[in-house]
Amino acid sequence: MTEARTNNLETREMLLNVGPAHPAMHGIIRIVTKLDGEQIVDCEVEIGYLHRGFEKMSETVDYNGVMPYTDRLNYVSPLINNMGYCMAVEKSLGITVPDRCHYIRVIMSEISRITDHLTCIGAGAMELGAFTVFLYMIKAREFLWELIEMVTGARLTISYGRVGGVKADLPEGFEEKCRNALEETRKVLGECDGLLTRNRIFVDRMSGTGKISAEDAVSYGITGPFLRGCGVDYDVRKDFPYAVYDRLDFDVPVGTRGDNLDRYLVRMEEMRQSIRMIEQALRDIPPGPFQAHPETGRAIPAAEMVDLAKMGNIVQIEGARAVADPTLDGASEREHPSIAADEKRVFLPPKEDTYGNIEGLMNHFKLVMYGHGVRPPKGEAYFPVEGANGELGFYVVNDGGNLPYRVRVRSPCFAILSALPKLLIGGMMADVVPTFGSVNMIGGELDR
Amino acid sequence: MSSEAGFFTTKLEEAIGWARKYSIFQYPFVTACCGMEYMATACSHYDVDRFGAGLPRFSPRQADVLFVVGTISHKMAPVLKRLYDQMAEPKWVVAFGVCTCTGGFYDNYATVMGIDTILPVDVYIPGCPPRPESVLDGLIKLQDRIQKQHETGDRPAPEPRPEFPV
Amino acid sequence: MNAESLIQAVRERFPQAVESSYAYRRDATIVVRRESLLPLAKALKEDPAFQMSFLIDLTAVDYSAFGKKPATAFFASSGVGVRPSMGIEAEEPWPGPPSARFAVVYHFLSLPLKQRLRVEVLVSEESPEVDSLTPLWGAANWLEREVWDMFGIRFQGHPDLKRILMYEEFEGHPLRKDYPVKKRQPLIGPVN
Repeated sequence: MTEARTNNLETREMLLNVGPAHPAMHGIIRIVTKLDGEQIVDCEVEIGYLHRGFEKMSETVDYNGVMPYTDRLNYVSPLINNMGYCMAVEKSLGITVPDRCHYIRVIMSEISRITDHLTCIGAGAMELGAFTVFLYMIKAREFLWELIEMVTGARLTISYGRVGGVKADLPEGFEEKCRNALEETRKVLGECDGLLTRNRIFVDRMSGTGKISAEDAVSYGITGPFLRGCGVDYDVRKDFPYAVYDRLDFDVPVGTRGDNLDRYLVRMEEMRQSIRMIEQALRDIPPGPFQAHPETGRAIPAAEMVDLAKMGNIVQIEGARAVADPTLDGASEREHPSIAADEKRVFLPPKEDTYGNIEGLMNHFKLVMYGHGVRPPKGEAYFPVEGANGELGFYVVNDGGNLPYRVRVRSPCFAILSALPKLLIGGMMADVVPTFGSVNMIGGELDR
Repeated sequence: MSSEAGFFTTKLEEAIGWARKYSIFQYPFVTACCGMEYMATACSHYDVDRFGAGLPRFSPRQADVLFVVGTISHKMAPVLKRLYDQMAEPKWVVAFGVCTCTGGFYDNYATVMGIDTILPVDVYIPGCPPRPESVLDGLIKLQDRIQKQHETGDRPAPEPRPEFPV
Repeated sequence: MNAESLIQAVRERFPQAVESSYAYRRDATIVVRRESLLPLAKALKEDPAFQMSFLIDLTAVDYSAFGKKPATAFFASSGVGVRPSMGIEAEEPWPGPPSARFAVVYHFLSLPLKQRLRVEVLVSEESPEVDSLTPLWGAANWLEREVWDMFGIRFQGHPDLKRILMYEEFEGHPLRKDYPVKKRQPLIGPVN
C-alpha cells in the first residue's frame, strides 16, 4: 500500500464515528471505526438504540396480545414473525391447525419474504447510487402490500396470526389478484436484474467486499441468505420443515464466495423461488370455505342488511346471511373449520355462535377478558422458522397462567451484526456502504 | 417584522411563506417501522415530491424540517436533541407515527413517551404506521403552518402538553 | 437420532455433568452443572457424534415469579379472581420450574446430523456467574453481553462484558422479574 517515497511520512490513525444518525445506516447503529487513510483498521459496533423492550412487554399482555409486538420485530416481513410466534405457542400447546391454514400461512410468509428482499436490495442499491432500482422495487412492494391489505386489512403491521390459526380466510378473488401481483413483481425483478447484475459499477463495488468465510459465519451463528452466500446450505424450510414446506417444490440458492455480490444474487434468486412457491401453494391449497349447513337464504352485504332492517323491510332479509369483508369479519361459521384449530380453549368461536348462543358467548368471554385467556400448560418450547434474514426462533416459557412467562426472540440480525467488525476490518471506508446494505439490518429485530 | 401593514411588505411575506413551504428540505430521522411507510410515501406511488418535499437532506445543517420517524428510546434521545440543536432556524419538527407522538404501546423502561417532552413539535401524524395519505395530510398541515408563520410574523407556539397524572 | 437417543448419548459421555433431562414436546433438554459447562460445550462442538457447530441462542430465564400472580398487566384489570381454567393436557408433563432463580439456556444446532439440543445451567441469585463460551463460538460474545445487560449474570472469561442494549448509565437489569416495567431512567427529559 505505502510506496517507498511515503515511507518517511508520519501517519496517524483517525477515529471516525459513523454515528447513530447517518444516511448510510439502515437503522440506528453506531460504528466507531479506526481509520488508516481510507482503510479500516479496527471497528466497534454499538447497538441498542431501538431497544423497545419486546420481551418485557410480552410478559404484561396475554398470548394473543403479543401479536402486535411481534409485527414490529422484523417490520419488513411481519407475517413471518407472526407465524413463528403462533407456531411456537401452538407447539407448547400441542395442537395442530388445519391444512388450509398452513397453506395460507405459507403464502403470506412468502409474500412477506419477497417484500423484505425487495426492500433490502432496493435500499442497498440506492445507497450505491442506483436510485431507479429503488423506485422500481418499492413499486413492486406496493403491489404486494395492496395484496396483503386485501387479506389482512393493513399494509405493514398486520397482526394476522392468532394462536391456533389465522384471523380470517382469504377473500374472494384473491388468487387472481395474487397472480397478477406476482406477474408484475417478476417483471420488476427482470428489469432490476438487467440494471444491476451486469452493471460494471455495481459489480465492482459489491464483489470482493464484505467477505466472510464459512467457518467464521457458522461460528458467529449466522444463518439465512448471509450464510448461504458463503456456501453453507442451511435453510430451516428444508432441514426442519414446518407448515407445508415439505410438500412444496423449491430450490435453495447457495453462493460460493461469501461477498456482497453473492448475497445479492442469493436474495434475487430467493425472490424468484418464493414466487414459485406461492404459485404452487395457490394451486394446491385445499378448497375454501365449505358450507357447514345449507343456506336458507341468499348472501347479502352486511351494510345493505342493516339499511333494510332500519327501513322495516324484514321480509326481504328474513333467511338471508350477511356477508362482510373478511378483513372486518373474522371467522364466520363457513370459514371457521378451515382457518382455525379445532380447539375451543384456544381459538375464538365462529361469530354466529358468539352472538347466537350462550355457550359460544361464554367461550368468547373466557378467551378474551382480562384474567382469562389461552392457558398453555406449564412448559417451554422453541420453534425456529426461516425468517428473511435467517433462523428466527421463538422460545416461549409458560407458567400455566394467561400471560406468557418469558418470550425470547432469537433474532437472526443480531448474529450477523456481531460479525460486522470481521466484515469491515481490512476494507475501505467506502465498502461500509455496500456491506451494510447487504447485511439487511432491521432495527426492530436487532434491538427488539 | 410585518408590524407595518404595507401592501408590498405583506405580499413579500406571503411570497416568502409560499417559497418556504414548497421547498422543504426534510431530514428524515428514521428509526423504526414508520420508516417503511415514509419510504412508501417518498416513492412513486404516493409521491411526496409533488409537494416540493422530495429532497431529503441527510445532514441537520442543511435541513429545515426534522421528521422524527419511529420510536425514540432513551438511549437515542440525547442524540435527537443534539441533532435538533444543530439545525438552523427556521426549523420545524414533525412527529411521525404514534411512538413519537405519545410513545405508542411501548409504555416501558426504554421508550420516550412522546418526543414533545424533549423537543417542540409542530405537527403530529398519528398512526402505527400512518398510511401515506395521513402523511401527506400532515405535510399539507405543516405547509399551512409555515405559510401562516410568515403572514403573522411570529411562530405559532406549539400547544402545551397537558399534564397527565402518572 | 431423535430427542431421547440424543439425551442418552450425552448422558453416556458425561455422566456426572447432567443433573436432569427431559424431552418435553420432543425438544431434547438437559440441565447441567455449572462447572461442567465448558468441557460439555467443547465436546458438543468437536465430537463427531454431536457436531453441534451452531450456537443458535443464549438466553436466561428468571424463575422467581413462576406460578405467582402476574405483575400489573398493561391495563390494570378489575382483578377478577379466576380459578386456573382447564389447561390443554400434555402427554408427558414438564418436570417443573428449577429450584434456582435463574437458568441460562443454550440452544445448539448440528447441521450435518440435523439435531437440536437445549442445555440449561441453573444459576443462583447470590452468585450469578457462569463460564463464558466465547473461546468456542464467536456468537457467544454479544449474546452473553445481552444476558448480562438484561439479567445481571456475569460470564467468566468474557473479553469485554458491558451493556449492549441499554446505555451505560442505566442502573438495574430490566428483564428481572423485580424490575418494574415502567420504571424509566431517562438521560434527558422528564421521568414520565
